[in-house]
Amino acid sequence: MNLVFYLLAALTVAGGLAAMLLKNTVHCALALTVAFAGLALLYLDLDAQFAGFAQLLIYVGAVAILVVFAILLTKGSETPKDGVFSRTWLAGLAVAAAVFAVLAWSILQSVSRLTQAAKAPAVTVQQIGVALISRYVLPLEIVAVLLTVALIGAVIVAMHEKEGGAQ
Amino acid sequence: MTPLAGFLLVAALLFSIGLAGALTRRNAILVLIGIELMLNAANLNLIAFWRYGPHPEALTGMMFATFSIAVAAAEAAVGLGLVISIHRHAHTTDLDLMNRMKG
Amino acid sequence: MIETSDQIFVLLLHWLVSFLPAPWQPVASAVLCAAAIVCLFPALFALAVWLERKGLGRMQNRLGPNRVGPFGLLQPIADGIKSLTKEDIVPLSADAAVHFLAPVVLVVTVFMGFAVLPMGRNMVLVDLDAGLLFYFAMGASTELAVFMAGWSSRNKYSLLGAMRAVAQMISYEVVLLLSSVVVVMITGSLSLTRIVEAQNHYTWGLPHWYIFTPWGLAGFVMYAIAATAETNRSPFDLPEGESELVAGYHTEYSGFKFALFFLGEYVAMFSISGLGTTLFLGGWSAPFSFLTWVPSWIWFFSKLMLSIFVFIWLRGTLPRLRQDQLMNFAWKFVLPMCLLNLLVTGLWRFLGDGWLRWVVCSAILLLAYVGIALGEQRKKHIGPRSYRYAE
Repeated sequence: MNLVFYLLAALTVAGGLAAMLLKNTVHCALALTVAFAGLALLYLDLDAQFAGFAQLLIYVGAVAILVVFAILLTKGSETPKDGVFSRTWLAGLAVAAAVFAVLAWSILQSVSRLTQAAKAPAVTVQQIGVALISRYVLPLEIVAVLLTVALIGAVIVAMHEKEGGAQ
Repeated sequence: MTPLAGFLLVAALLFSIGLAGALTRRNAILVLIGIELMLNAANLNLIAFWRYGPHPEALTGMMFATFSIAVAAAEAAVGLGLVISIHRHAHTTDLDLMNRMKG
Repeated sequence: MIETSDQIFVLLLHWLVSFLPAPWQPVASAVLCAAAIVCLFPALFALAVWLERKGLGRMQNRLGPNRVGPFGLLQPIADGIKSLTKEDIVPLSADAAVHFLAPVVLVVTVFMGFAVLPMGRNMVLVDLDAGLLFYFAMGASTELAVFMAGWSSRNKYSLLGAMRAVAQMISYEVVLLLSSVVVVMITGSLSLTRIVEAQNHYTWGLPHWYIFTPWGLAGFVMYAIAATAETNRSPFDLPEGESELVAGYHTEYSGFKFALFFLGEYVAMFSISGLGTTLFLGGWSAPFSFLTWVPSWIWFFSKLMLSIFVFIWLRGTLPRLRQDQLMNFAWKFVLPMCLLNLLVTGLWRFLGDGWLRWVVCSAILLLAYVGIALGEQRKKHIGPRSYRYAE
């Protein structure tokens, strides 16, 4: 529990809070990017280098930009007239607080039974590559098909329809 | 408090912040942002257990997290495409105003 | 003697760090290396600015700056003084926090890329196992800074420039990654030091650089195209085209912040040239086996400056591409060629040593290039030009 962990955790949680509380939608998206970057640094703190760099490359480099483009295309940068929180905000907050209470209680209760391996598993990128082709080849191919389908579907859903029927 | 418990608590906190945002914000895109936060919190959980848990196989946690990142990116793309399409139809992204089945 | 001159910076670092107690030494060594990078590349930036203005001037049949110092060599210093002393104007309706942070984020992410580039034998700041992945992660973060700059200025031209820049950078990021993957396929590692060491062998005096193989040459050409587009250089500089968009996403920036954007653009050029040198041109290895006595870092920086000169040359020679031409080019021509290059690299590896793989791979790449290019030409029906008004 060193200082680095506390700083990174504070950065990530602050980014998450800002992403959910700010009024301006683009500011929320940028705070989300800070949260993503904080998470990538947490992965690096956990010696998961491949996951950390993949998180930066995919989330900060692609998903954040996608969110920002979507905000701009739906005129989200104008602040709404009658508040940013829904009418039922109290119920939502109560549910989230209850979920956090249950999770925190179960973590603190069970922590004595969790074994601790002090040594980090030494995983090289070469091992990941070999595993992706040998053991995880089916998930890899399925994810490839899923990504293709999702991207084609997203483009078709978001595309302008020509007058007189779908393109 | 062990390091593992620390990381799990951070993940739980992020998850509940994302859940609170997804349940209380009016803008559809912010709901999607909340969902992305929740997915990321689950990923942090996976990587924390990969690092501090027992290791019958050295790669499972990292692989799971990598695939989760890829699938979450695809889901974000589709979700945002849907939000753009809905905005074109209803001219708003305010979820409180979209409370009727009539199109 | 040769060994000493080759490792002179490493030895200097060890000597400086040995004054500190043992627990502090790794941190101090990292900090000193980072400080060296942060001091060296802005100095190279000043040199590159001078080179660009003089080079462009000569290519355009004019002299370029020649007033400040001999041959205008002190011009970058004059530019620096001007940028630092100009008034910093922030528009009233601009988003102050994001407007301030955009150049900061850009410069930070651009400098982070240098951490994994091997600038000489044993001269890499961090020898990461997944070095190439780290570099591309930093490059992807640059796009966000561009968007932040354009959006926070609350200016139509800035936003339009930022959108164009981000769309262009995303498209060519895919091309950049795919053209680098072939190098990883043959080397078998994402670590940049291993990639350079794999190219550091000589046959009959000629080096084993990847650019001298068919797939390496194709990969290098596509990498160069993608690098020009990633750094928004001409002929892909529509996002900052002075005649169209005022200054694109850095319209509303003045003084030091504009200097930071300028610095960020040139340092990104250095960074991406450095990566291209490492991947395809052999990094710090010498071109001929009888030249290995020259220090390795001299080779790296010579190749880097040669790449910068080629960037300047392209800027002075080619006309600007329109946005849709640029995107069509990326998605419909370069990306299929990249995928074909992946296939060809696989064939190269499995056809075994000998002349057969050279012939087969070169034939496939040439036929595909000529075929796609001719196919595109035929579709366009290019005939004699007709003028609407100038009769």
